[in-house]
Amino acid sequence: MSYAIEGRTGPWEIVVGLEVHAQAITKSKLFSGAPTAFGAEPNSQVSFVDAAFPGMLPVLNQEAVAQAVRTGLGLNAQINLVSRFDRKNYFYADLPSGYQISQYEHPIVGAGQIEIQLADGTTRQIGVTRLHLEQDAGKSLHDQHPTKSYIDLNRAGVPLMEIVSEPDIRSPEEAGAYVRKLRSILRYLGTCDGNMEEGSLRADVNVSVRKHGEPYRTRCEIKNVNSVRFVMLAIEAEAKRQIEVWEGGGTVEQETRLFDPNRGETRSMRSKEDAHDYRYFPDPDLLPVVLDEAWVAELKAALPELPDAKQARFIGDFGLSPYDAAVLVAERATADYYEAAAAGRDPKQAANWVTGDLFALLNRTGRTIEDSPVSAAALGALLGLIADNTISGKIAKQVFDIMAETGEGPAAIVEARGLRQVTDTSAIDAAVDAVLAANPDKVADYKAGKDKMFGFFVGQVMKAMAGKGNPGLVNAALKARIG
Amino acid sequence: MVFDLTLAEARAGLRRRDFSSRELTSAFNGAIAALNPTLNAFITTTPELALQQADAADVALARGEHGPLTGIPLAIKDLFCTKGIRTTAGSRILDHFVPPYESTVSANLLRDGAVFLGKANLDEFAMGSSNITSAYGPVVSPWTRNGDNRPLVPGGSSGGSAAAVAARLALGATATDTGGSIRQPASFCGIVGIKPTYGRCSRWGIVAFASSLDQAGPVARTVEDCAIMLQSMSGFDAKDSTSADLPVPDFQAACKRGVKGLRIGVPREYRSDDMPPEIETMWQQGLAWLREQGAEIVDVTLPHTKYGLATYYIVAPAEASSNLARYDGVRFSSRTDGADLNELYENTRGAGFGPEVKRRIMIGTYVLSAGYYDAYYLRAQKIRALILKDFTDVFQTVDALVTPTAPSAAFAQGEKMDDPIKMYFNDVFTVPANMSGIPGISVPAGLDAQGLPLGLQVLGRPFDEETVFAVGAAIERAAGFTAVPGMRAGAGA
Amino acid sequence: MSLDPATVRRIARLARIRVEEAQLVPLGHELSGILNWIEQLNEVNIDGVEPLTGAANMALRLRPDVVSDGGDVEGVLANAPDRAGSFYAVPKVVE
Repeated sequence: MSYAIEGRTGPWEIVVGLEVHAQAITKSKLFSGAPTAFGAEPNSQVSFVDAAFPGMLPVLNQEAVAQAVRTGLGLNAQINLVSRFDRKNYFYADLPSGYQISQYEHPIVGAGQIEIQLADGTTRQIGVTRLHLEQDAGKSLHDQHPTKSYIDLNRAGVPLMEIVSEPDIRSPEEAGAYVRKLRSILRYLGTCDGNMEEGSLRADVNVSVRKHGEPYRTRCEIKNVNSVRFVMLAIEAEAKRQIEVWEGGGTVEQETRLFDPNRGETRSMRSKEDAHDYRYFPDPDLLPVVLDEAWVAELKAALPELPDAKQARFIGDFGLSPYDAAVLVAERATADYYEAAAAGRDPKQAANWVTGDLFALLNRTGRTIEDSPVSAAALGALLGLIADNTISGKIAKQVFDIMAETGEGPAAIVEARGLRQVTDTSAIDAAVDAVLAANPDKVADYKAGKDKMFGFFVGQVMKAMAGKGNPGLVNAALKARIG
Repeated sequence: MVFDLTLAEARAGLRRRDFSSRELTSAFNGAIAALNPTLNAFITTTPELALQQADAADVALARGEHGPLTGIPLAIKDLFCTKGIRTTAGSRILDHFVPPYESTVSANLLRDGAVFLGKANLDEFAMGSSNITSAYGPVVSPWTRNGDNRPLVPGGSSGGSAAAVAARLALGATATDTGGSIRQPASFCGIVGIKPTYGRCSRWGIVAFASSLDQAGPVARTVEDCAIMLQSMSGFDAKDSTSADLPVPDFQAACKRGVKGLRIGVPREYRSDDMPPEIETMWQQGLAWLREQGAEIVDVTLPHTKYGLATYYIVAPAEASSNLARYDGVRFSSRTDGADLNELYENTRGAGFGPEVKRRIMIGTYVLSAGYYDAYYLRAQKIRALILKDFTDVFQTVDALVTPTAPSAAFAQGEKMDDPIKMYFNDVFTVPANMSGIPGISVPAGLDAQGLPLGLQVLGRPFDEETVFAVGAAIERAAGFTAVPGMRAGAGA
Repeated sequence: MSLDPATVRRIARLARIRVEEAQLVPLGHELSGILNWIEQLNEVNIDGVEPLTGAANMALRLRPDVVSDGGDVEGVLANAPDRAGSFYAVPKVVE
């Protein structure tokens, strides 16, 4: 069933397009040699170019271009071998030159697409219109002084990739899936760290509503939404607002709005009095960007395996379910961890351990997979001990917890603590005999037909053996005695 | 008398230790102190700093470790950012700006040992052809008409640079040329000025007017002096994305090449009925000199050249409207307060910019605004392509072009001031070189009937300044221009 | 063509330049004079001509991604008409 919002006049379809601003990972800024690191002292990462001092000139960072090209390749998009920078002219306190250098008419990357997966298992293709490079603005602080705003230009000139989607998105869930997938691809490519709290990934959300089969109605743009959850909430709130306006006989005005997460609503940004007139024109300080086809091919050859391909491989080669595969490939670090742990082991068992015990451990300890207390190699070794019958699956959980706590290797733990599984049948037989001898009444019940007592005997034998009995052999020994 | 030395002669004298750089610099400091109150050629003078630099030069000269310009006192147009020295661009809005960096061109001159006497006056943000628009008062030309003491304009925008050199207040000066701002004042002041090919001199650290047109160059009293200065000013700069990564040829050697066998084009579109007959006569005279020295004179056509000026008045204001947006009263420009940020911007820019700058920002804003871009800016870019194509075609068959530099000699302050378009016509012969990026030099060729200098312009192929110098030097030799302005250092006035 | 006062006001506002009401009409005339003179360009045939942005006929050079600048808070702020510690200060902006 496709998503719809029920209004007084019936169901409404929502139409969403996203403009995602992703900070390209570079050491220095798009047009200057100042650093891009987050969280530095105010105005300490500012060159005179960033502050637009008289006579200062932009020089384009090659790595920013490479990151845009890699991202374009990762989105299966067209790479434009000739692109150009334009100036977008407007006055604002955190825009030092009075113009933003951006790519308006001739972006570096053209049309591409992103496949999203939804909870019901279906997939959809969302069109990417374009990707272009542009400068970030500085930051205004409004809460430091009663009558003044303070300006920090550390972010001014940081390279952004603006990735514009087609208006193909039809539900908040799809929007969330789109942002998550895009973020995943960017992180795989190493072109953006995807950190939404620090602002290195943020979205402008274009929302409109319509009755099924209608042409598009007027859209509103919700600026600078900085989490996946807020993107989804903002779309829903804005769509409901627009439906109310239409159903109340009003008209939705095209405008820029802000999402207030505290109130769960969007509100109009104080209108800038006169309509924007950005007076775009080619930046005369810069020349056309001409890419060498061989260089693009080099970048392409060096691209990592991306989540879609990896997921397909996990399903095809390892027999994982699409769901498990999707969970494992969402983050490249998780996929890498999984593959390292699963190497030479049972891949399904490895998947269960990673998505089960490991994820629980990371959750509990607040760690990321990159600094997991249990390394992929150690988990692999643990799986090896299960596979060669050194320990049982149950003991393995115990060993895993000790590994997490002490950082010791699984074999050492098993040895030191005598956790090695008992496969000596005489020891198992002795334990079985002792349990049966101690519980004559229960043996009688069993023989009288109470089949489930068998489980009780298994539990008692394992308990007597401190859990180390080989479960298969214990079962066999019991069967031999009491049938 | 040191004031009558050319830069090349002064350089030789310094190297022979006939005099020290301190002596030379002190003489120029004194001359500036005496004449600048009248001429207003400098906005800021730096006599102590100049003496320090001169002393350092003398030490280097004594050791025999001199660079190409060691100890040579120069003026720097106040559009070049100079580290620690106020840089105003001729505008009230920058009256307190002290750059924390040195422009590449002025840094190159310092590297080569030059001494800086001060910052030369100019039209505000280099927008003007008469130096009337400077917020620091107009520059007065050291020349006057025969029997008429009314102050004349030195041309613009590098009017302070040209007046300082003509009045012997410096051996040479840096200048910039966006539509003729080197060549037209050189012509008005009876000196030599060259705008090299776009990309030859780095624009880094020069206050921008119109980025796709701005180009630095020298003004000096001889073609050779300009060659010496340009040699130092030029060169690839990775900090300017439009800087050309090409070797800099030996310009001084090119001055001696001669013109034998060169084909010199005479663009017929530069002839007009309004041109004063004296200028036409001088033009013909210049061509005759070149013919006598072995050049072949060829009539050529540049069919789109007449649209150059109107095209310029779209392109240059459009770029300027954007380039000057940074003067907003927040980071380095003087501020006029307002109740809110927009009012602060409007008050700051309303009070900080003069009328001509405002006019051009308004025109530029208009031609880029929604609905007008195609009709104005895009059309202008296409005509610009046609203007370039004209030159490219013509340079298939000729080695250089010779034209008058300006359609008139210097005029008096107050003349041509009623109508901006009349003033714009000063640049009608110089603008096409900026539109196409090609090099052009102005060389004094004679005096008009009122005793005012007239210049001839030589245009060349992109990055072929050598031929431009060769032809310029040939005109200079034939012209034997020895006239001097009434107001000058050492004149005893 | 003549720029009416409303247009002049709009352009001045876009350019953030204060223009007194009394100046709107004379300034409109001046600007119109220039724009009308520019109209001569309409007679040029530009069919099929590629626009020329600048005089430099080459591709853009790219810079290696190296940190070579920044760390000069004083230099960046020294010319500011109003500063507060390490910040530039402007009248409060309401968003």
